[in-house]
Amino acid sequence: MVLFDFTDYAELLPLITNSLIAGGLLAVVGGLIGIFVNNRDMSFAVHGISELSFAGAAIALLFGVDVVFGSLLGSLVAAGIIGWLGARARERNSIVAVLMPAGLGLGILALSLYEGRAANKFGLLTGQIVAVNDPQLVWLASISLVVIVTLLLIWRPLNFASLDPEVAAARGVPTRALSFLFMLLLGLSVAASVQVVGALLVLSLLVTPAASALKLTSSPVLVPLLAVAFALVAVLGGILLAVGASLPISPYVTTISFLIYGIARGIAAIRERGAVAA
Amino acid sequence: MTKPVLTISNASMAFGDRVLWSHLNLEVQPHEFIAVIGSNGSGKSTLLKAILGQQPLTEGSIRVLGRSVRSKRAQRGSRRIGYIPQNRAMDSGLRLRGRDLLHFGLDGHEFGLPHLPFSRHSRQHKKRVAQMIEAIGASEFASKPVGTLSGGELQRLRVGQAVIGEPRLILADEPLSALDPQQQKTIAELLNRERREHEAAVLFVTHDVNPVLDMVDRVLYLANGKFRIGTPDEVLRSEVLSELYGTPIDVVRNQGRIVVLGTHEHDHHPDEEWH
Repeated sequence: MVLFDFTDYAELLPLITNSLIAGGLLAVVGGLIGIFVNNRDMSFAVHGISELSFAGAAIALLFGVDVVFGSLLGSLVAAGIIGWLGARARERNSIVAVLMPAGLGLGILALSLYEGRAANKFGLLTGQIVAVNDPQLVWLASISLVVIVTLLLIWRPLNFASLDPEVAAARGVPTRALSFLFMLLLGLSVAASVQVVGALLVLSLLVTPAASALKLTSSPVLVPLLAVAFALVAVLGGILLAVGASLPISPYVTTISFLIYGIARGIAAIRERGAVAA
Repeated sequence: MTKPVLTISNASMAFGDRVLWSHLNLEVQPHEFIAVIGSNGSGKSTLLKAILGQQPLTEGSIRVLGRSVRSKRAQRGSRRIGYIPQNRAMDSGLRLRGRDLLHFGLDGHEFGLPHLPFSRHSRQHKKRVAQMIEAIGASEFASKPVGTLSGGELQRLRVGQAVIGEPRLILADEPLSALDPQQQKTIAELLNRERREHEAAVLFVTHDVNPVLDMVDRVLYLANGKFRIGTPDEVLRSEVLSELYGTPIDVVRNQGRIVVLGTHEHDHHPDEEWH
């Protein structure tokens, strides 16, 4: 059992260029959208969307349709339902809890009926083994760019609506439309992330880096910078470590992501104690 | 004569059979401070929602700065309105500082790419926020998370947030609720000073008129689907309120405070002086 192996590293690197580009873009997406996931208290919704994304991908695999398309459809349907029915947090949580097992069940059914390569099946839940081909890269890059650009354009009003909804609405911010648009962006981000870290581990990309950043600072400038930096370290670091051992990248990504969060919490705790002592 | 900031013409609001108010006419001039008073459920907050264009009228029209609030365009016009919500504790886990609330008031509603840090735009905004923090006396707590602030501290910031966008009209929805009398006075005076500085009219929803009695130009009293508008001396009188409520009401003036006795809700809240 080899967890790390760097012997043929020089030859392996060119093979993972696509993965690194895709991973880098996804990290930017995850870091940025994660801030709003945290501030809008939507972590559970992310989990729910990712299970439906998995179902979509599994069904696509079964019928020989493009897997990215399937997972995209699945997560957009889930995001649409949650955005439409779950305006209130409590309601949203129960809708997610209803959707999630339904999605997983469908996905498992589709996978059980599928007779192709087993690695394909497993990959949907736990992430790919580093290979991202060219058409996939185009998909992932376009989705990521759409999400990043849209998010930047609506950044201020979305932030206002997320953190101070009553006053934002009074100031004429279209809070409902923004909330729906945000769900669509979230759906796109989840579908893209599922391709790399797998449906079960999407949270490590869309929630953990931003949660770590929010532990460390309140600055509206530093939070996004740190969140993206943490996500980049986790994803790129994960890919680079995984490649030698030819294992899935997801355990590496999730572990790095988790360690960063642990350290951030530790720093926050020390600071708090310092503040109390002073 | 100056152009009114707010024109409410023949406006009615009803939910099914329940009429909150009907045939309401009110013109608010740029310099005016108007207190909106009435018992719970009399439609005070609904009136603010209607002015913001969030709640359609059953009848009549509302214009802010000459524009109907229900037109698509005027939704953008609500940028000329400052809004102060009720004093409600905010989530203590929220990564939001007092100064961020002020930034929201300045450009939180604007779509478009974020301004780069250290750009001219960002520096200007930072400066305006710093000046406002100074003006509202929030220097000591402006960088703390809003969830850890006291009600008085938070409402100071809310006043700043409402005036920093240079609004022509400020709508305040019971901003003094759950504050102690001293803080109520402080916040009300702060609001009055800032709105004079920035030349904004105020529509102030409250169920206790006393903290704002000194600064109020006119009172809009809502009760039983009816209303009265006038100076405090004209409206806050036993015979006027008795007629409005349809039962005997006593208005007592005592050491510069006004106490209303006889509205039935008074029995439920013996500790509050005004309903």
